[in-house]
Amino acid sequence: MNAIILRFNYLFRSTKGLVLVAIALISLVTAIWGMLSGPLKEWGISDVAVRLYGMKLVEAEREGRIIMLYHTIAMAVVAIETYLITALAPVKKEQQASINATITVGYTVSLIFGLAFGYFGHNFVFHGLFIFGQSLVFFAGVMLAVALWPWHPEYRVADAAYAHTRSGVSVERIALFVMAAATLGSALFGAIPGSLFGREFEVFLAEDIIRFPVKTPLQLAIIGHLHIMLTLIAIALTLIVGRWFDFKGRLHHWAMPLMIAGALIITAGVWAILVVRPIAHMIINVGSTPVLLASWLLVYFGWRKIIRVRLAAQKIQQPRLGQKLSALLHDPLKFGMLWQIIYMNFVVTAIGIFMAVRLKVIREWPLREEQIALTGHWHILAGIIATIILLLYADMTGLKEKARQWFGWIVIIASDIAFAAVSLFETKRLFVSEAGQQSLVDITMLITDAGLALTLVVLAALMVWRLADLFRGRGRWAKEAE
Amino acid sequence: MSAECGVQNAECEVSSFQIVRFQPVCDRRSGVTDLRRAENRDSPRMQKAGVRRIFAICHLLFANLLLLFLSACAAPVTTAALTKVETGVDPEAWVKVPAGEFVLGQHEKRGMIEQPYEIMVTDVTNAQYARYLNAALTQGTARMQGDQVVGYYSGDVFHGHKHEKEIKAGDWLHVSLADPSLRLTFDGKTFGVKPGYENHPMTLVTWFGAKAYCEFYGGRLPSELEWEKAARGTDNRPFPWGHEIKLNHANAYASRDPFERLIGKQGDTTPVGFYNGKSYDGYQTADGRSPYGLYDMAGNVWQWTADLQEGIHDRWLRGGSKDNYGYNLRIWEYNSARPDYASPSVGFRCARVSK
Repeated sequence: MNAIILRFNYLFRSTKGLVLVAIALISLVTAIWGMLSGPLKEWGISDVAVRLYGMKLVEAEREGRIIMLYHTIAMAVVAIETYLITALAPVKKEQQASINATITVGYTVSLIFGLAFGYFGHNFVFHGLFIFGQSLVFFAGVMLAVALWPWHPEYRVADAAYAHTRSGVSVERIALFVMAAATLGSALFGAIPGSLFGREFEVFLAEDIIRFPVKTPLQLAIIGHLHIMLTLIAIALTLIVGRWFDFKGRLHHWAMPLMIAGALIITAGVWAILVVRPIAHMIINVGSTPVLLASWLLVYFGWRKIIRVRLAAQKIQQPRLGQKLSALLHDPLKFGMLWQIIYMNFVVTAIGIFMAVRLKVIREWPLREEQIALTGHWHILAGIIATIILLLYADMTGLKEKARQWFGWIVIIASDIAFAAVSLFETKRLFVSEAGQQSLVDITMLITDAGLALTLVVLAALMVWRLADLFRGRGRWAKEAE
Repeated sequence: MSAECGVQNAECEVSSFQIVRFQPVCDRRSGVTDLRRAENRDSPRMQKAGVRRIFAICHLLFANLLLLFLSACAAPVTTAALTKVETGVDPEAWVKVPAGEFVLGQHEKRGMIEQPYEIMVTDVTNAQYARYLNAALTQGTARMQGDQVVGYYSGDVFHGHKHEKEIKAGDWLHVSLADPSLRLTFDGKTFGVKPGYENHPMTLVTWFGAKAYCEFYGGRLPSELEWEKAARGTDNRPFPWGHEIKLNHANAYASRDPFERLIGKQGDTTPVGFYNGKSYDGYQTADGRSPYGLYDMAGNVWQWTADLQEGIHDRWLRGGSKDNYGYNLRIWEYNSARPDYASPSVGFRCARVSK
């Protein structure tokens, strides 16, 4: 009994344990629900899976199911970020415990009952619990925002190397607070119209209405909600990675105000879409620029730090370029977290800007092609966020030597190749005609599936390793629990 | 040369396990293994050889990838002769759809058709369209302009919205003969059909071309409402034949129909009325008819409808196509495109006032 209590305490009371549980649940959901689409659907596996699990799938409810699935995964991701924030940013122990407990109950209830409602028949108690779980996550967010209140005297910055105001208030803490507050507001921005649509059961996917010249305020709010939530999740993760790298110094002084300004402007732009739609996108673009700049500053700081630490360990005084490069690449987990931020600029930001600039060309395509581009676009962003979390967790958990190298490089290379293939697929109409696209589609899909499959295989290996570790009396889990 | 060296290098790797201290070096220029030059692996020369090896492998990898992608841009194989498959379904047939209420859309709204109408049982075929073009060119309702068939359209109302493309009155593209995937032939005077494609749906026809065809024979394109009622009947089914889709119900992406086996997952169009419950050389189709007896209201090709999307001038397309997964074939799914858009996965059928 004591052994179970010890493991329970590790899994549900320590940061690393909580993150592990959330990643494991997301992995499980990915493994099961991944069978319903993509190549497994083409191979007929999805039909077998549906029968095997006893899923009840009504065609007209597909969009609703997908939205519930997205939300359950998103809640788990938000929970992971919350665990990391409460661990990395100074907050009171009791606040950390209550925030983590609330969000854990919230996202697990939401995940279990949301998926049960969406895929296994409609028990409306389950739907209520799905909403209740999300409400708990929201409430945990309120508690987080309160805990992060930056102007509390005890959280004044002692070390001048960290960005601070004249009165010593941590600018990074302000950034975290702004992010948390913006996330709460943006959650409501989606929840209120969501409840109105939900009441009438008129669910829709944003890409379905992209070409409606006139959109209702509720539709605009939903579109704004999904964009801003993903953006704020990315901003939160950038701040977390920054803290993991102990981001400080002059670059930190520059980056944090940029992050705050960017987060505020983007959020304002999204919220403003209801009242000033013609210029809302411009506001969002203006806000995105400082956020991108801040993330580049973090990458520059982080990569320099990786090189410096490695060269110091190797006792190399005057390194050549090759030695610096070797030092940068020696640790794929640390390098990878930052590389993925840069890579995102190629496969998400650059393509997004291109499509916005060349919208005239895109609108010559049929709607379906534009929808494919949009769906691919945000799937890549979500995927990159997931890989950064995985690399961060693997680093936290202390993967060593060959396991560290294999895990890190496979996640980086396999996922990036997959993302590049998706980018080609989603923009294929720019360089191949519909009649001639078959081989390109086949190749890009094959590469995408192979890359994602490889990433999932190493994730599964990591999860199996951690599961096996739980059966050891004094395994890694015991050290992490301490 | 690089490929040879790459293969040889692979052999070099195998050899190195057998010769523990000394190992062969692959001469990059000749691509042969030279045991005489075997040296200690830590020597600078060996290190260089290792780097070369990596470069050779990378070179091979990228060259192959490049070739694959370039091959993707090659012209499609669309001219292969095909054996005509008789489905037994008459493309000249029309059915009457009564006026009245029906279940509209995914969210099951109340739809209403005020007047009964007739609609074609199948999509317009290549043979029908070729016959029309010959007649229309003779009568002057369509004309050749270079390698394009064009015709007059009276224009859309322009609102000046953002991203709005103006559709002015004038000649607009009906069919472009320049597209190699067009199933029609033209000898300078007469239109015909590539063998085997006579009863496949007419594709690569713009909305203008579809509209002109229907009007030429006294009909019109169906409105979205008309199209949906014809596909669904009066209940809430998501597919024309019922509540679930099997691979042999319709021509969809990766549906493994015989034409897909020939060409690839994207596949080719199937003859109109192909999914009628018959067996074709061992391939058993399910009966994919709608409640009113229409074929191919899901899959095969998207179908132009009459309605335009105000503000951006897209026209609605319904039904899903051979390029879409099964869920895109649900009755309420839609696509849209500019009226001058043409595609190998877009066709049409006509409606007319009930006699």
